[in-house]
Amino acid sequence: MENTYYNPADLAKFGNISELQPEMGRKFFDYYGEVFKEGALTEREKSLIALAVAHAVQCPYCIDAYSTDCLQKGADENQMMEAVHVAAAIKGGSALVHGVQMMNKIKELTM
Amino acid sequence: MGSTVKSLKGQHHQLADSAFQLNVLQQSRRQGDEFPAFAERLREHGLYPLTPTGTTILQVNVGKMCNQTCRHCHVDAGPDRKEIMTRETMALCLQALQRAPQITTVDLTGGAPEMNPDFRWFVEEISAMGRHVIVRCNLTIILANKKYHDLPAFFKQHGVHVISSLPYFQASRTDAQRGEGVFEKSIKALQLLNEVGYGQEETGLLLDLVYNPSGAFLPGSQASLKAEFKRRLSSGYGIVFNDLFCITNLPISRYLDYLVQSGNYDSYMQKLVDAFNPAAAAGVMCRNTISVGWNGYLYDCDFNQMLDLKVAPKAMQHLRDFDVAALDARHIVLNQHCYGCTAGAGSSCGGETVK
Repeated sequence: MENTYYNPADLAKFGNISELQPEMGRKFFDYYGEVFKEGALTEREKSLIALAVAHAVQCPYCIDAYSTDCLQKGADENQMMEAVHVAAAIKGGSALVHGVQMMNKIKELTM
Repeated sequence: MGSTVKSLKGQHHQLADSAFQLNVLQQSRRQGDEFPAFAERLREHGLYPLTPTGTTILQVNVGKMCNQTCRHCHVDAGPDRKEIMTRETMALCLQALQRAPQITTVDLTGGAPEMNPDFRWFVEEISAMGRHVIVRCNLTIILANKKYHDLPAFFKQHGVHVISSLPYFQASRTDAQRGEGVFEKSIKALQLLNEVGYGQEETGLLLDLVYNPSGAFLPGSQASLKAEFKRRLSSGYGIVFNDLFCITNLPISRYLDYLVQSGNYDSYMQKLVDAFNPAAAAGVMCRNTISVGWNGYLYDCDFNQMLDLKVAPKAMQHLRDFDVAALDARHIVLNQHCYGCTAGAGSSCGGETVK
């Protein structure tokens, strides 16, 4: 076993997940490929969304992969950092909006 | 604008030596195993030995002298490089063209080709022969000195097809690769080219841009980058151009130095190896191009030229012995840097090779 939970070299082995369940693996990667094709959104826009989500889910593999992918697709540094702020705003906002639930509970329990 | 930076040769850097570069390219990865041999990959796909499909382009490097010292330059060009083509060697090019009517395009590169004192004479002579002339203009040369200010008019007069590097539509990445202030001057030069009609619809004056990544990553889709460049350059600076070519940086000379210095060499080579595309391999530019060095020697491409890998047949390694039919029967010289032209959608001086 590795000494750390995350090994950069493992990113290149992503495809190996199909070894233990080939059919589901194939379906996943086909779907994945389809999702990232140019459609109503450009490939660059999709890559920026993926970069933001990568930060939200705090996946180091995805951050590596989509920082590189955004550069390859011609995104600039400002766009990439703004995407990260979108993730941060939603993560922060999702914490804060629960403050309403807290306030509701406070109201319920206090005089 | 980076002109104070010395070339690798000027620094007496070991990577200025082509034999040393080839040695680096042959080395094993840090983990100990070797990158698969490029020639073997071609063999697996029935493409070895790689042979020409018929030469239609003569790419002439008229010298290593340049007003810029770009960090990725595979020529190791710069103001301190004095190797330039003489008029006598240019005359040999013209004789070669005379004997080879199938060569319809002459692609002039450098350095900054315009800095060669016989550049304009050479363009006029080639143009008079009715061949399509491409000049790989670095843009800033137009503003570098008063004597170059009329280059847009000169290009227009001879119907020259201008192809210019602009690695990004913003200053940050452009200047990081090509030198401080290059972006601003490039924009001004593009506007001057636009003013005489270059890049404008229906003028027939072609202005293409070359995109190559400013770092250790591969270029994305050419169509998508072209659309983004068009949008950004038009809205930001009112600039128009015809086409955008994506070129992958090959791991030689100053780009190799960058990869080694930045610790990216192994991972970049791995990216190139992983992205090997047999369809791109079938369409590589060395199959329809002969490259001429400043001193008249012949190569399969400009990259082989910089690695001093001359065309294989010893009897026809110089313009004096130019015989296009015999050259078309040669085996193309390959090495590990060739992975750069076969990655993804392919890479050539005309951009992607897989349409």
